[in-house]
Amino acid sequence: MLSVRNIVKQYADHRALDNVSLEVEKGSIFGLLGPNGAGKTSLIRIINQITAPDEGEIYLGAEKLNPSHIGKIGYLPEERGLYKKMEIGDQMIYLAQLKGLSRKEALERCRYWFEKMEMQDWWKKKVEDLSKGMQQKVQFVATVIHEPELIILDEPFSGFDPVNAERIKEEILELNRKGATIIFSTHRMESVEELCDSIALINRSHKILDGKVRDIRNSYRSNTYKIHYRGEAFAPEENQVFEIHSDEPSGTAREITVRIKEGKTTNDALLLLMPHAEIQQMVEVVPSIHEIFIQKVTGNNQL
Amino acid sequence: MNKIFLIIQREYLSRVKKKSFLVMTFLVPLLFVGMMALVAFLTARGGDEVTIVTVIDQSGVFAPEFKNNRSVFFNTTKNTSAEEAKKNSRKAGDFVLLIPGNILQGGKPELSSGKKASLTAIGEIESQMNDILRNRQLENAGIDPQTLKNIKSDISLSTKELTDEGEKDSNAAASYGISFAAAILIYLCLFIYGAQVMRGVIEEKTSRIVEVVISSVKPFQLMMGKILGIGLVGLTQFLLWIVLSTTLTSIAGQKLMGSKVETVKTADSTLHKKELPPAKNEKTEDIMAALGTIPVAYIVTVFLIYFLGGYLLYSALFAAVGSAVDSETETQQFMFPITLPLLFTYIMAFGFIANNPNSSLSVWLSMIPFTSPIAMMVRLPFGVPDWQLYLSVIILIAGFIFTTWVAARIYRVGILMYGKKTSYKELIKWFFYKG
Repeated sequence: MLSVRNIVKQYADHRALDNVSLEVEKGSIFGLLGPNGAGKTSLIRIINQITAPDEGEIYLGAEKLNPSHIGKIGYLPEERGLYKKMEIGDQMIYLAQLKGLSRKEALERCRYWFEKMEMQDWWKKKVEDLSKGMQQKVQFVATVIHEPELIILDEPFSGFDPVNAERIKEEILELNRKGATIIFSTHRMESVEELCDSIALINRSHKILDGKVRDIRNSYRSNTYKIHYRGEAFAPEENQVFEIHSDEPSGTAREITVRIKEGKTTNDALLLLMPHAEIQQMVEVVPSIHEIFIQKVTGNNQL
Repeated sequence: MNKIFLIIQREYLSRVKKKSFLVMTFLVPLLFVGMMALVAFLTARGGDEVTIVTVIDQSGVFAPEFKNNRSVFFNTTKNTSAEEAKKNSRKAGDFVLLIPGNILQGGKPELSSGKKASLTAIGEIESQMNDILRNRQLENAGIDPQTLKNIKSDISLSTKELTDEGEKDSNAAASYGISFAAAILIYLCLFIYGAQVMRGVIEEKTSRIVEVVISSVKPFQLMMGKILGIGLVGLTQFLLWIVLSTTLTSIAGQKLMGSKVETVKTADSTLHKKELPPAKNEKTEDIMAALGTIPVAYIVTVFLIYFLGGYLLYSALFAAVGSAVDSETETQQFMFPITLPLLFTYIMAFGFIANNPNSSLSVWLSMIPFTSPIAMMVRLPFGVPDWQLYLSVIILIAGFIFTTWVAARIYRVGILMYGKKTSYKELIKWFFYKG
């Protein structure tokens, strides 16, 4: 769907993007992650054709990105904004028309979305009369009103209360089910981890990691397990099967965290433990994207 | 191109629909007409204050000759002493005019009162006394004042311009007035509408809508759409002002002036039709003739070209300034170099160009696109060779294409820069950014 190839964006004294490439599959939900100032917004602006890259190319489908694609992309910027003194209805129609809809189409879509989002009463209101959360809703509708194939959402959940955030999340997932490709850009991993199929991690103008969420997490597995057991504390003796990271009480039972040595399996570990205790639960510790992110970013920054 | 039209439409409608636009549109002609009506009314009515003057004429020359009028009433009947009259006048608030017996030998008359005399009254008394004295001196010299009045000369120069088509009447005073008005109008409007463009850009930038919009259109389209939309608002306002003022003037004329309606009406219609009205008196005939010699269509056309050219040139710069700042208070440092050439020409226009319309400095000022909209309007009524006019317009068009190009390069970067204090160095950097 979207193919970003070797993009370089140079501002006078700093390089915002350095040879960044990534692929977004059609129909997927893609997370563009990175700390503030990493270059996410620069990349998004290039995809939206707000600015042009110094080097590199972007393809949308089989075609090189060009102005005819504007109507196929919907963009929710991080810095939300609407005309404060313009009536909401007029504003929606205007923005939809700018995306290439005819006036009639724009009006129909507006009616549909206003009904769907339960904001029919707002048509004649001005933005300055709405609460922040309501403005966010209006802005979201403005982003998707032209039924874009690619929806780019920069920090989509900031500013929403939990109820509305959930509501918006549902709408996004529904759009995705209907075939739209979604790109989330955020520095708050936990908010999108469960939603994303694939991610790319950008830090200091470089892409430092990308791939399917599952694969990435798997590749960061360290063969570490948490085991709940009932019984005496397990003596931290030297053994051939695992290293003990911690062993502490957890409620009425105890929890031991172990890293199984190479060549050994969980069965070996259980065999070693069973004579001493009653095993209740064994869970593999898989790092969250958030933890990988922190690890990667702090690791890189220390270099 | 369809999208730039959408932007023009929004910019135009959102401003025209505003209450302030309606208020301005109706208030300005009302104020204008109201002021005209007030002046006409007051002039027609004159002052209602009557100054009563007790005349004590020790020379006996003046008292019988004084004539009462609307503002001064001469009381010459009482034969009281000067001291008593002064005492009475203090109580009553009247005036006492004491004319000494030796007035013909250079004695000075005195006007005394408990309050200050109005200028009108003093002027009236002085002029009557001078007339009386003059007539008396003429008679003493053996000249009949009536004869003298009849042979009084009245010459006013009628200036003719020699052109290819032959002689053309020209009138320096009327030309001067028209050029003043046009130059002031251009000067004011460049500021008013330029500032509107700037404020619009700042509004879009601070409300952050700009990022949504320029993901749909090019920054250049947004900038041009705004400039053209606001330009159209300006033209609409001009048009409405002209229509409303003329309508209101004739209505107000009928209501207030009663019998004088005809003068107003005919004065109005001469601006539109070429025919001259039946002259009321010599003065109006002169003015009408002068207005008739000024080619109104020509001046209006040139005015519109220079207003549009100047507006496009300056509003692009205003847009660039707006894009570089986060709020209106930060615009000061960038406004200065923009206002400087305008202010300079404005001052030069009345101090220098109007007096030396064809000097080389005036010609240069009317060529440089930053100063030509004002300078050329001032030169215009004095006759500008066609080639100069065409050259100036071509330079102006090239000028606004250039400033628009420069402004657009700064604008496209500026609108995406938040929360930074911008310097000139930065503006230059932005200008050289690629893409």
